[in-house]
Amino acid sequence: MADVALPARASAPITTEAAPTRWILTAFTIGFLALFLLAPLIVVAVEAFSRGWEEYLASLVEPDALHSILLTLFVAVIVVPINAAFGLIAAWCIAKFDFGGKNLLITLIYLPFSVSPVVAGLVFVLLFGAQGVFGEWLAAHDVQIVFAVPGIVLATLFVTFPFVAREVIPLMQSQGTAEEEAALTLGASGFTAFRTVTLPSIKWALLAGVLLTNARSMGEFGAVSVVSGHIRGVTNTIPLQVEILYNEYAIAAAFALASLLALLALVTLGLKTLLEKRQGVGPHVG
Amino acid sequence: MSVEIAANLAIAQEAAAERTRSDFGEPHGIAVRGLTKSYGALTILDRIDLDIAPGELLALLGPSGSGKTTLLRLLAGLDSPESGSIHLGGLDASDLTVQERRVGFVFQSYALFRHLTVFDNIAYGLAIRPRKTRPSREAIRTRVTKLLEMMKLPGLEKRYPSQLSGGQRQRIALARALAIEPRVLLLDEPFGALDAKVRKDLRKWLPDIHHRTGLTTVFVTHDQGEAMEVSDRVAILNGGRIEQIGPPADIRERPATEFVRAFLE
Repeated sequence: MADVALPARASAPITTEAAPTRWILTAFTIGFLALFLLAPLIVVAVEAFSRGWEEYLASLVEPDALHSILLTLFVAVIVVPINAAFGLIAAWCIAKFDFGGKNLLITLIYLPFSVSPVVAGLVFVLLFGAQGVFGEWLAAHDVQIVFAVPGIVLATLFVTFPFVAREVIPLMQSQGTAEEEAALTLGASGFTAFRTVTLPSIKWALLAGVLLTNARSMGEFGAVSVVSGHIRGVTNTIPLQVEILYNEYAIAAAFALASLLALLALVTLGLKTLLEKRQGVGPHVG
Repeated sequence: MSVEIAANLAIAQEAAAERTRSDFGEPHGIAVRGLTKSYGALTILDRIDLDIAPGELLALLGPSGSGKTTLLRLLAGLDSPESGSIHLGGLDASDLTVQERRVGFVFQSYALFRHLTVFDNIAYGLAIRPRKTRPSREAIRTRVTKLLEMMKLPGLEKRYPSQLSGGQRQRIALARALAIEPRVLLLDEPFGALDAKVRKDLRKWLPDIHHRTGLTTVFVTHDQGEAMEVSDRVAILNGGRIEQIGPPADIRERPATEFVRAFLE
């Protein structure tokens, strides 16, 4: 008897919480979010425009700032397609095949999540820097990786490695292999099956992964900071340029550039929410 | 009276016409010799010999883990055997890829393409063919419409699989498999995922489809009642071997082994 009554009594208070308690909890949550998420966004916007529109635009087209914007876009244009392709291939291997060392591979793919970006950056310096493992060979062949754009691309690739795979793998695993097998029995080649069956059924997850990869590759600071060498107008991406401006007390200019990153974050978040809605309804759910 | 006779005659003629119209060609027999498959130390199929006559409706009956689904997948070419051979209508199937075998396979969970409409699902096997062998757009449309009528599901062309009932999905999966004019028809647990009412319908419907297509048809089931009622012959599998094969009445009257006797009770 007591055994039966116990769980009921234990769960009862959750649904019968007194109104004041609910109010306090809700107010606390909203207050917390407002303070730590909303307030910074507002501050960025206010500071960016503190000297007016013209000053805002001027600080964006200032040569070093403009170069940092272009470099950031350049890096993203290289990194996003490579990591989208890689994530897709990795997800395909993991979800559709069984092989030895699969768990090790999954752990490796997720490694960049658990490694501090600074460490990731240092690794590339130790590998490709002047005193690094490949340093002499690279110097002899006149190839500059560290403190140059290739290093920034490599570090960004490393940091954004898992984003597409993380979005796509769970979906592929839950969908199984039956649809691909059906396509094969109907005469489709492996590639046709991938193109006409697999890809369409994961496209929204893939797109979400691409968005996150893009946001992170544009916003990455730690790893890029280590390998870039902070050469103005040459190896500074937007986040690095923001830091330099801030350190030089060019507050409005720093916030103007920062506002671009904040905007990127908001757009990414909005699009991702939209994608998740698409995934949740309509013909995409079997 | 004469009107009624005329009406009956018309129905019979229509049925006959339908049979010639469905046109799946001469049925292919299946010959299996010494087929063996194992995963690691576990033997799933142990030297299976099996002859299936052209146009026959055969049930592979057995408890889970008896190897019946593995046998079906080997016939389709979805898995490859360790040793042994499969012949489809005189062709050595080991020379044929899963695509070249052209078997109609209906998966247990139907495996309909969730992002495609019913029409595109059924048309898939035709639409993906290289231009040289692909039927014209109109020919594909005609074929799909005919198959939907055959499945008694006209008008569902624009729906998505998620908008269909279990029974409807199964029929669409069958129509999709039939669209490529398969050599043989293979069904994995067709009674499996359906509710009781639809299962009962399927008992009538499966022999009907078999009759109308004339295809050699093999289906897997673990339900002896369904196997016995529907098929020409039943093969009872246990532990990767065929315990007994024969017409349902024979098996019921003269179970060959103690396992068969116990399984049928």
